[in-house]
Amino acid sequence: MRFFEDIEIGARREVGSFTFTADDIKRFATQFDPQRFHLDEEEGRKSLFGGLAASGWHVAAVCMKLLVADGKRLAAEAAARGEKVAVGGPSPGFRELRWIKPVLAGDTIHYSSRVETRRTSEKRPEWGILQIRNTGTNQRGEVVYSFLATAFVPRRNPGS
Amino acid sequence: MTTLTFEDFKPGHFGTFGPRHVSREEILAFAAEYDPQPMHLDEAAANASMLKGLSGSGWHLGSLMMRMLFDGFIGRTASLGSPGVNEMRWQAPLRPGDDLTLDVEVAEARISRSRPETGIVTFKGTIRNAAGVVLCVMESPIIVRRRADAGAA
Repeated sequence: MRFFEDIEIGARREVGSFTFTADDIKRFATQFDPQRFHLDEEEGRKSLFGGLAASGWHVAAVCMKLLVADGKRLAAEAAARGEKVAVGGPSPGFRELRWIKPVLAGDTIHYSSRVETRRTSEKRPEWGILQIRNTGTNQRGEVVYSFLATAFVPRRNPGS
Repeated sequence: MTTLTFEDFKPGHFGTFGPRHVSREEILAFAAEYDPQPMHLDEAAANASMLKGLSGSGWHLGSLMMRMLFDGFIGRTASLGSPGVNEMRWQAPLRPGDDLTLDVEVAEARISRSRPETGIVTFKGTIRNAAGVVLCVMESPIIVRRRADAGAA
């Protein structure tokens, strides 16, 4: 996590990657999305997905997992430099979430992040508000996932 | 049990589903694996956060809505999957012990141009806690097969 003042519009940041195993896919699906094409290889092959496919919510949750890990890395780097560490606030939501292509068992998804807009909050002057496009790309370079997140980031110097 | 097809989804209120109880253990387990921010894991950090108390991840709430949609009707619908979520608004925090109710409205139902044997049904789902406070609102399209004889029309 960085402070509002340090955010660059348009800069792309690699967030991390994750390989979806068949076991991972079935474990998440059993809990949250037990549709047959997320639980069984043969049912997946017969579906529009063409193979055992991860739930879209699984693809989204893993993106969050990697975003949080990346934020912690940035915080650790800032702390190592002796700088103040920024702690993010809760998100009010997202828009334009697209499950563009299936994520199949064995696929490795690389997630990246790009800040599209930033503004200060009128109601909460200690916070800035970002719109961030997060994207997932598979090992063949195909974009499989994207969404436009809204995030609160702290300001280094509120009121300036 | 009959399978629901595109023809079963008409614009308007579709149904109310739940309640689904959410335990503290579930909230912590989801957060530990997918969203390990202190406001979702640590009581003291959560009390100091904007949400003032331990809260579940918004992605947990989204995943729970998926499960409630499945248990409510998608599990017996000829669903072919979803292309995405138009919008998700997280309006109030998910708290340990909440009992969630899901209201589903059909916002739009139209036949697919690219796959005329299917239709696209856009749902609006609203989750409330037991006090009736709206926790989140989501709008998402789902691809649903049309009845086998629908092509003749």
